[in-house]
Amino acid sequence: MFWNKDIETISKKALEQMQLQRLQTTLARVVKKVPFYKHRFAECGLEKCQIKTLEDIRKFPFTTGADLREAYPDGMLASGRGSVIRLHTSSGTTGKPKAIFFSKRDINQSAELIARCITMTGGTRRDVLQNMMTYGLFTGALVMHYGAEKVGMLVIPAGPGNSEKQLMLMQDFKTTIIHITPSYALYFADFIEKKGLNPRKDLNLRMAYIGAEPYTEETRRKIEEAFGISVYNCYGLSEMNGPGVAFECLNKNGLHLWEDNFLMEIVDPVTGEPVEDGKPGELVLTTLCREAMPLIRYRTRDITSIIPEMCACGRTHRRICRITGRTDDMLIVRGVNIYPQQIERVLMGIKELGRNYQILLQGLDDMVVKVELNEASFDGRVEHLVNLQQFVAERLRAEIQVKPAVELHPPGSLPVSEGKAKRVIDMRKL
Amino acid sequence: MYMKNVKIVAVFAENKLGQMARITGVLADAGVNVRWVTIATTESFGVIKFLVDKSEIAYHKLKEQGFAVSLLDVLAIEVSDRPGGLYRVATVFYENNINVENSSGFVLEPGKRAVLLIEVKDIETAKEVLLRQKLKLLSEDDLLNV
Repeated sequence: MFWNKDIETISKKALEQMQLQRLQTTLARVVKKVPFYKHRFAECGLEKCQIKTLEDIRKFPFTTGADLREAYPDGMLASGRGSVIRLHTSSGTTGKPKAIFFSKRDINQSAELIARCITMTGGTRRDVLQNMMTYGLFTGALVMHYGAEKVGMLVIPAGPGNSEKQLMLMQDFKTTIIHITPSYALYFADFIEKKGLNPRKDLNLRMAYIGAEPYTEETRRKIEEAFGISVYNCYGLSEMNGPGVAFECLNKNGLHLWEDNFLMEIVDPVTGEPVEDGKPGELVLTTLCREAMPLIRYRTRDITSIIPEMCACGRTHRRICRITGRTDDMLIVRGVNIYPQQIERVLMGIKELGRNYQILLQGLDDMVVKVELNEASFDGRVEHLVNLQQFVAERLRAEIQVKPAVELHPPGSLPVSEGKAKRVIDMRKL
Repeated sequence: MYMKNVKIVAVFAENKLGQMARITGVLADAGVNVRWVTIATTESFGVIKFLVDKSEIAYHKLKEQGFAVSLLDVLAIEVSDRPGGLYRVATVFYENNINVENSSGFVLEPGKRAVLLIEVKDIETAKEVLLRQKLKLLSEDDLLNV
């Protein structure tokens, strides 16, 4: 099933011509309208550089998350402020997030891509989608929401958590598709079983769209088994609209990336040079349709590889492999992007704590932050310690949007490794 | 008359197996004698409070071994070991608006004397009140050399 068969099965040649034309338009636009790009390109002697082939994009410098944070709040805007209608933000390491703006056309286009993805997996207007991702500044929930509405199905904006209510909604409204993180999916299956219900028989589910954090083939199978449904892998990032940048088709062998909307490159994360076809590297994306805030050669920090062969589904937009990791130290917990530096900043600002800390990720998707008491901060009172523990947890939650368990440890008791301290221990089995 | 306050040694202990053994081991090695002990716990950690015969030594030895330790000033009130002994003290506190934060008691001489250890916010004010009310306060020497 195709949402837009012509585009999705467009010939390679026509696709490349389309990409080239859109790339030229985009570059001309940013050099004119975005001072950041104007200066950056001028620095590289590129203001008048003509793009004649798609490979010419390599002459242009990369855009990074740091650039976006520095440009905060609206230094990357190409449209006038009056014409942007939506703002989304994504975590940053230094206290300022990355701001991404959308025009009406951008919103519609991101919904359009989602509609392609949903249709590609066999979703139709007769389905009922329960959106169990976090609404708010994140793109995860809203973008899927608009796309599902575009397809014409009933959308339940449940958000995450409150499993009791989720179950009730699923039963009462006969939900057929869920959009959810891998850890919550596993947790929820368990929750249902503990209630004496059979997730395979007692629900109407037939599909799950799972993304927001990397997970293994093994985990996919576990979720499919638990619910008796088909699980489709979903890839996206806030800087590129959100979910729907790439999605699995019925063959579930790689995710089709919409090449008419994004020009993709895979580069060596250290040298920035393109890697051989099929080899893993860092995914770099250039927006081809974005109006409010186009991005040129944006470094996603995600590691993947292109699958050059044609997919049996007939779509000519190439597939990427499931994401295997990051080139930076960003963590994803319960679908939320978190930088260890954010945690460090919060902890260093609490005078009762020592300098050493550890972040432990375990179980399905649990985070434990181990902190050390300061020599002077122990006054023998249990209540003070309990208050401190709660204070630290709350401060962290306010910064990273996920509430960790906080463990207090005596001063100097946490292990310190030589050189760069190993702060993060990830023992999750997703 | 200057009285040396009774000190309680409070130690932070993670909820890990063997913590109590480690801590009491340090005290034993240092020749410190424990007169009274209590543990307050939460799910993840505990605070162990000791009344010892050599509080300064205990404090420094534990600190050396990497424990988070604190010395707390407490009031030690001598109470007669008969019905009504505790009631009398409680009434004094109530009538004088002294808020007791923590309290513990044990017998010194059965049938004769017991002691009540009390933690209050403002120890000096409480001391004055108690002395005015003719309650018997014990100093560190009184209590430990009994």
